[in-house]
Amino acid sequence: MGDGMGSSHPIPVTITPYPDGPYLVRGDFALTDLDGEELATERRTVALCRCGKSRIRPLCDGTHKLIGFKAASGAEPWQRG
Amino acid sequence: MAARLIELPAPRGPLSERLFEALEGPAPGTLPDPEAVDSVDPIADDDLQLALYVAYELHYTAIRGVDESWEWAPSLLSFRAALERPFEEAVAALVPPAEAAELESVGAALQRIVAGDTGPPLSRYIETQGTREQMLEHVVHRSAYQLKEADPHSWAIPRLSPRPKAALLEVQFDEYGGGRSERMHSVLFAETMEALGLEPGYGAYLDRWPGVTLAGVNLVTGFGLQRRRRGALVGHLAAFEMTSSIPNRRYGNALRRLGYGEEATHFYDEHVEADAVHENIAAWDLAGGLAAEEPEVAADILFGARALLQVEARWAAHLMDAWGRGETSLRAPVVPVPA
Repeated sequence: MGDGMGSSHPIPVTITPYPDGPYLVRGDFALTDLDGEELATERRTVALCRCGKSRIRPLCDGTHKLIGFKAASGAEPWQRG
Repeated sequence: MAARLIELPAPRGPLSERLFEALEGPAPGTLPDPEAVDSVDPIADDDLQLALYVAYELHYTAIRGVDESWEWAPSLLSFRAALERPFEEAVAALVPPAEAAELESVGAALQRIVAGDTGPPLSRYIETQGTREQMLEHVVHRSAYQLKEADPHSWAIPRLSPRPKAALLEVQFDEYGGGRSERMHSVLFAETMEALGLEPGYGAYLDRWPGVTLAGVNLVTGFGLQRRRRGALVGHLAAFEMTSSIPNRRYGNALRRLGYGEEATHFYDEHVEADAVHENIAAWDLAGGLAAEEPEVAADILFGARALLQVEARWAAHLMDAWGRGETSLRAPVVPVPA
């Protein structure tokens, strides 16, 4: 993380789906592409797109609100398609 | 960036006249309470909102020629309360009471409130049709708040229990640049102003801001200064963050359409990404966390959210109406200096 808060005690990574919203990722994570290139982000907590419609993927840009995206925070029960 | 210092603005009526006259003298001088403040439209009342704004500014900034100890002078606080009352009543009249079902999940209620907002489509108008002058006017209006962005909400910090406090700090840490002043959002906004040829100094456009613009700042300052309104303050922040990422993308697009570069759009582009994070933390961890621990303020959380949307809608309507008449939405037009 580029915030100058180097620590010898790494903070465990958590990934939390928010209701009708993105995944929030916290902790000492690295966000990389397939080649291992780190995606530049300057914040300690990032929001990853969950609705698929963001214009700054893999990050969230709030578009889920415009398309009525619905998803619970917890695991969804398996539903017979 | 230097320490804040503003000039006393020109008064706009008997209330601001009486207040500014007193402020120019020693504190605590004589400042008699106003006779019953009789305003037909307190939210857009130039005189009332300016007097209230300057009374509040004592908590944020130095004012040239004004004794700093006015900040807590009993006569000033009493005068200020006489201005707050009609403003608070006018805002309350626009806000329906929270329903019992909403209080069961404050996060979900905030989502529904924001989704149901019917304010004027200001950001869409500016994105697609706004002129350069209108975009600049919008920036000048917003500077009333953006140059102190995050400051009023910081007053909530000592009043919250650990869970909502940690959530607030997670948002505020980002707002204040993650420990780096050059990334502070208020600093980014000043850079946008500079790129647009506007004066980026704190309070530089105070004389230009109409009452309805000052009302937006006074609303959050009023919540911030009173512990009993911590719910409303938190709700205000949640709704502010939840209505930020999409409009900010539109303002960035407007600047690009008008030919401005990255130095002008950086603030807006940063907010698309930042507020997509903040809105979730603010709604669920901060507001939801506060409501879980202090259910008695849950209704006030929703009040703060709705009050913000109502006052913003009044402000947005003012801009659209003025522009529709071919007039400036400021008290006097702004002439930018070529960058």
